[in-house]
Amino acid sequence: MSETKMAPGVRLGRASFVWRPWMVLVTLLLAGAAFLVFCLSIAVGDFPIGLPQVIATLFGRGERVDEFVIMDLRMPRALAGLVVGVALGVSGAITQSIARNALASPDVLGITGGAGAVAAFLVTVSGGAAAVITNSVGLPAAALAGGLGTGLLVYFLAWRRGIDGLRLILIGISVSAVMEAITVWLLVTADIRDVARAQAWLVGSLDSRSWGEVWIALWGTLALMAVVGYVSFQLRPMHFGDDIAAGLGVRYSMVRAVLLLSAVLLAGVAVSAAGPVPFVALVAPQVAMRLVRYPTPPLVASGLVGALLLIGSDLVARTALPITLPVGVVTAAIGGPFLVYLLVRANLKRGM
Amino acid sequence: MGTTVEKRPAPGATAAHRRRVAGAGALVAGLVLAAALSLAVGARALSPTEVWQGLFGEPGADQRLTEITLIVQTVRVPRTVLAVVAGIALGISGALIQGFTRNPIADTGLLGVNAGASFAVVTMILLFGLASPFQYVWFAFLGAAVAGVIVFGLASLGRGAGSPLTLALTGQGVTVFLAAMTTAVALSDKASLNALRFWKAGSVAGVGFDTIWPATVFIAIGLALALIMLPTINLLNLGDDVARGLGVKIGLSRTSGVVAITLLAGAATAACGPIAFLGLMVTHVARYLTGPDYRWLVPYAGLLGALVLLVCDIVGRVVTRPGELQAGVVVALAGAPFFAVLVWRGKFRNA
Repeated sequence: MSETKMAPGVRLGRASFVWRPWMVLVTLLLAGAAFLVFCLSIAVGDFPIGLPQVIATLFGRGERVDEFVIMDLRMPRALAGLVVGVALGVSGAITQSIARNALASPDVLGITGGAGAVAAFLVTVSGGAAAVITNSVGLPAAALAGGLGTGLLVYFLAWRRGIDGLRLILIGISVSAVMEAITVWLLVTADIRDVARAQAWLVGSLDSRSWGEVWIALWGTLALMAVVGYVSFQLRPMHFGDDIAAGLGVRYSMVRAVLLLSAVLLAGVAVSAAGPVPFVALVAPQVAMRLVRYPTPPLVASGLVGALLLIGSDLVARTALPITLPVGVVTAAIGGPFLVYLLVRANLKRGM
Repeated sequence: MGTTVEKRPAPGATAAHRRRVAGAGALVAGLVLAAALSLAVGARALSPTEVWQGLFGEPGADQRLTEITLIVQTVRVPRTVLAVVAGIALGISGALIQGFTRNPIADTGLLGVNAGASFAVVTMILLFGLASPFQYVWFAFLGAAVAGVIVFGLASLGRGAGSPLTLALTGQGVTVFLAAMTTAVALSDKASLNALRFWKAGSVAGVGFDTIWPATVFIAIGLALALIMLPTINLLNLGDDVARGLGVKIGLSRTSGVVAITLLAGAATAACGPIAFLGLMVTHVARYLTGPDYRWLVPYAGLLGALVLLVCDIVGRVVTRPGELQAGVVVALAGAPFFAVLVWRGKFRNA
């Protein structure tokens, strides 16, 4: 930025913040777009419903038929997309902020790898313990347990008189590498039909969500978001480094520990609702940063971009594509190029 | 810092320098030892005499000798050579990518090399139904090279000219896209999925010299380019402005760096599949051993890469007899915990 004009500060009672019109505008636009795509996702299907009816039904003023289709059939899927997108976006923004590394994401904190390894194990190994687990708690729950277990393992392995960003990421990469190697090895030794099933699960999908799963994810995300929202006021000074943050009165060790734990749990919630959808957590914060023109990953905007990306991709996957693909594939296929486009555009602009 | 004028010690005279030379010597010795072991260990264990006979003996003298010659010359020697060559290539490209992106978690796959190769493999199988891995080695290399060129080209558009962060993120974006395409093809075509799962494991076994020699040529070119670049990387790590002030042609050196990385990682990946984590791991270990000077760090990373890959290949042959564990899997299973312990003990402070 060439202009050195300071953004004006605003104080309301005890709370104060910096007034950034562009950031607020983009965030509102993103929220509007996310809501629109959310409604579109409900409207489109074998039994098309008009957008106005969808919105009316959402606010409790719809007809009986529409209400059944929307609330019982389509809502869980759309809501799962929304929740998973927000959870992954926020989780990625936290991870990248704390690690101060644009390549960091909860994917490297072990959650995705752990869930994937457990799922691959349950799908490819038939009989014995695997069958018992699959029949008693089900594949998604077991995978979630594996993911969370791995995530927490990484977290505690990296704990040494507090949490250090780079140490956490490097240990996360190591543990993820082990988990991925186990997955690869399981796939190599398995029957090819099982491999196809495992592969389909490994990319994440929003198919056949039930209200039960969605409620858990929704409440989990809301609770974690409340924690993150409360602590995040201390996040901004931490971008200056530990010493300055301490000087500004931030208990950085505690803040970092709480935020990273929240990031791990948010990613776990996402896995529970959609399986290990890759890349959203990596791409969403970077896209959000460039859209709101802010030097660090903005939490709210990242969550909204994540939701937009996931619901939008699910919509594209259901309607526009000739073959059915899991949402994870479409998300990556859209999110990756969009990030590249933003980068290239920024470079070209700088050149002028 | 005092103001006393210190005499610059003669090259090769300091203790640190002697230690680095000794360390490099020890690594080379370890590599030779591992290579000898690699010739002897396997489904059929050979004694040193037998290995010698297998290497230089006349075939046809008697049944047993012919068998040994066959095993050593067509199975053990190629995979040993490939493990060394690919290990060097992956180690050095891992160190280079961290040097050029100034990012301690950059891995050899960052520039889209692995994703491009994987995508090329599944596409070729889908389109032409290629059956054996040897048929798609070249497509894999082509895919890796094209992906590398696309990433660097996109990152260099405009005046922002391939800043480290832009390069890394563009690489991520392209990788994400290619990985999605690969998964899409693999999910819709069983034959592709079947080939992909073996290819992804990463193995140095079963590749003949007709593949190894061309790969070695590409790696040698990349290696030469990398070695010329070494002093420049030190300067680039001081920041673009300082480097430019010291006379570094930033654009030129970045371009040759990316070309070197793509040649090294691309050829290695094409020959043995995406062996993840190796480049990242050995770079950190090398940095711990040598300090941040890339003139030492890069060669160390290369030697360490070869040593680790070779040892992991040997371990993979022994642990699940009579079957084998792919070297790529062993690298992650055995290397990662070791690496995690080093990280936890705080060995990589200045990473």
